Amino acid sequence: MTDSILRMRGISKTFPGVRALDDVNLEVLRGEIHAICGENGAGKSTLMKVLSGVYPHGDYTGEIEFEGQECRFHGIRDSEHRGIVIIHQELALAPNLSIAENIFLGNEQSRRGLIDWNRTNAAAAELMRRVGLRENPVTPVLDIGVGKQQLVEIAKALSKRVKLLILDEPTAALNDEDSAHLLGLLRGLRDEGITCVIISHKLNEVLEIADRVTILRDGRTITTLEAAGLTEDRIISGMVGRDLDHRFPPHEPTIGDEILRVEDWTVHSPTQHGRLLVSGASFTLRRGEIVGLAGLMGAGRTELAMSIFGRAYGTGISGRIFKDGREIRLRSVGEAIAHGIAYATEDRKRYGLNLIEDIKRNVSAAALRKLARRGWVDDNEEYRVADSYRKSLNIKAPGVSSITGKLSGGNQQKVVLSKWIFTDPDVLILDEPTRGIDVGAKYEIYTIINRLADEGKAVLLISSELPELLGLCDRIYTLSAGRITGEVPRAEATQEGLMTLMTSEAPR
Amino acid sequence: MSLDLDVAKTSIPESGTGGGRRFSINLRQSGIYIAFAAIVLLFTILTGGDMLAPQNISNIIVQNSYILILAIGMILVIIAGHIDLSVGSIVAASGAVAAVLMVNHDIPWPLAVLITLLVGAAIGAWQGYWVAYFGIPAFIVTLAGMLLFRAVTYNILGNRGIGPFPDEVRTLSNGFTDGYLGNIGLGALGGADLVSLLVGVAAVAGIVVTQWRSRAGRVKYGQAVEPFPLFVAKIVVAGFVVMFVVVQLARFRNLPWVLVLLAALVLGYSLLTNRAVFGRQIYAVGGNLQAATLSGVKVKSVVFWIFVNMGVLSALAGIIFAGRLNQANPTGGDQFELDAIAAAFIGGAAVQGGVGKVVGAITGGLIMGVINNGMSLIGAPSEQVMLVKGAVLLAAVAFDVWTKRRAGASR
Repeated sequence: MTDSILRMRGISKTFPGVRALDDVNLEVLRGEIHAICGENGAGKSTLMKVLSGVYPHGDYTGEIEFEGQECRFHGIRDSEHRGIVIIHQELALAPNLSIAENIFLGNEQSRRGLIDWNRTNAAAAELMRRVGLRENPVTPVLDIGVGKQQLVEIAKALSKRVKLLILDEPTAALNDEDSAHLLGLLRGLRDEGITCVIISHKLNEVLEIADRVTILRDGRTITTLEAAGLTEDRIISGMVGRDLDHRFPPHEPTIGDEILRVEDWTVHSPTQHGRLLVSGASFTLRRGEIVGLAGLMGAGRTELAMSIFGRAYGTGISGRIFKDGREIRLRSVGEAIAHGIAYATEDRKRYGLNLIEDIKRNVSAAALRKLARRGWVDDNEEYRVADSYRKSLNIKAPGVSSITGKLSGGNQQKVVLSKWIFTDPDVLILDEPTRGIDVGAKYEIYTIINRLADEGKAVLLISSELPELLGLCDRIYTLSAGRITGEVPRAEATQEGLMTLMTSEAPR
Repeated sequence: MSLDLDVAKTSIPESGTGGGRRFSINLRQSGIYIAFAAIVLLFTILTGGDMLAPQNISNIIVQNSYILILAIGMILVIIAGHIDLSVGSIVAASGAVAAVLMVNHDIPWPLAVLITLLVGAAIGAWQGYWVAYFGIPAFIVTLAGMLLFRAVTYNILGNRGIGPFPDEVRTLSNGFTDGYLGNIGLGALGGADLVSLLVGVAAVAGIVVTQWRSRAGRVKYGQAVEPFPLFVAKIVVAGFVVMFVVVQLARFRNLPWVLVLLAALVLGYSLLTNRAVFGRQIYAVGGNLQAATLSGVKVKSVVFWIFVNMGVLSALAGIIFAGRLNQANPTGGDQFELDAIAAAFIGGAAVQGGVGKVVGAITGGLIMGVINNGMSLIGAPSEQVMLVKGAVLLAAVAFDVWTKRRAGASR
């Protein structure tokens, strides 16, 4: 049990101007689940890319020893040949191909150059049974959920006779049920003798599943710890290099009058005819108040928020919105912005930022007319505005002419927040504002949220992390299957209580 | 200066080897102009100086004017992430409409031009509707338009050309400004038109003043500016190029009217793309459609108006093209769309949208114009010209992809 399957010694990798990895050491034992933790930019993904041959031998310094032999991979095929398979955060599946086709993509079951469909589908069915995926092998991948797609990726890895399976943030996009299934599956694979390396931000999962944990910080190995007896706080202090007594900044709310009231809000699915996404939801927000919206994935949180934000999502929308006591109609995003409502998306790369443009043009994007006279933009003023947000929100970049696509997740999120703060909203809807960003940046985002509330704005905070909601919000609504199932003041809220409300109605 | 300070404060590792990175960024942005200068130099040497002769410079401008006008419209379409394959057919159709109005119906030329431009706008609105509001890919809509409007042209003209055009229209396409103030001697260069020279001097003065004011504004706001010697060097080079072209034109037959028109269009559209809210929204739509939508940009309306604009510019190019031939022809404008698209991509537009400049597209168009002209001067057969143009297009986009990949690898 103590023989090691993988040893990486003295790995260093530099990009132009950045030392991404600096003398990193990693030892993974055969048959264990090994977690790698670290802030964004700590070098976790880079290390895995070195291991899997994405960065070929010669591109880095140091040694990789796999099953006692030194390895020099020149591409992913080399590492896969040795039984190392990496599953990236963004799944690499062909959506229109069937599950079976995806499993054997690049490894087709053929006879004399022709694909043997019977063998393909039968072999796929066997692999799907091993990963607990109950679907027809000929179902197109786009027809199954993200959680099941993840299982397809694992089945694909199994088909390559994987010995070391690397998963990069495997549960980031999964709901709790799918996450639990996935973690159970990984345990099962470990018992079959497959070694797993898992990269995750979700420390509770890490503690639940891992045998040992390696912590990276700023491209260096900090330590490797036995998971037994480990606490989240111990991991966090290793990741950030300091003890984090307060994960949430202290905040005394000053709550004023009601500013937004939504009554009987109902939204239908734009793709599946007749399916209700949100039904009869009513809630209120008050000035200076941070209100949480808790719900499992698929509960309709984002759909509720986006449909309010000028009907940016959904069809068959009904219900009434009152702002400062007067009923308003928001038929477009532009009207919502004009009425002082802002929505910062959960997926900043796809929906929040123009990644090929610089910081200042992203900051100005939602309120360009504020910078314009008679249709002409004052770009000096634009620079000044963007630079003031760069300073006040502590966006780490050489300047506001830096391209947003090159910033880290936390800094990108600050650009998104700058954009919406610049529209001067009364109501900010923040959808998963700390998803995929590191602990230090999260704290900064929390501080910004508190500051916004102190300025008299109302914040609706959507988050999958219950501790985050409990740490920040003055009041929390729970959403389950499109219905508001509870309203809990901060003092009475507990994780267990919220979870009960979030699952209180059977889905659909 | 202030940029370096910021770097020191926030200590972002990216700036560690700033020198090399800045150079590569500059190379990507200015590569097109360096390439243009190199191509002009090459053909000047190959043709023993004929390339830069007064009459030849005039020819290059007049012969390529309609492609350059189309390239301006095309770069906007491409920045927004679309494409327009129909412009060649719109050129033909609008030339036909203009001819029918002016020649067959004797409608006064200003009114006829206006109506033709409106017809162009209507054609653009038709295509814009299908692309923006109905949601059909522009590739399909404009491929259909390419066939549709060619058919319309044949319907209007039958199988023959219509002409001749009124003198005013021919002057716009082919003619030159009058020498209101007579000629002055330029020593060994001979006589040159005074009005043209004054316009040239005014243009250079305009460049100096606007650049200076823009720099002063940036300095006032504490923004990073390029080093002063580089700033001066750029203005000197720009001033020299403008004055050189103007002097050569003044020595030949004064300023071509299409050059005046083009200069106004380039100036206007550069301002639109850089400074106008609408222009910024085009980049936003092309850079990330969803993010633009969720930022309150009326995405559909932006796309619609870009196609309307393309239609109007195509009609303008159609009038100029027909006026130059003095006849509207059913096969006119064939493959102009390809030249306009090539100009935009050589000029640095990105296939995915969100990137591109009007001046870049003009330079891209001029690069192809110079290759056409220079190769015909040295007597190269047309298949060689096609070969070279194809290679240049591929090389330009390959260079763009390569620099992007290098920039991306530094993450």
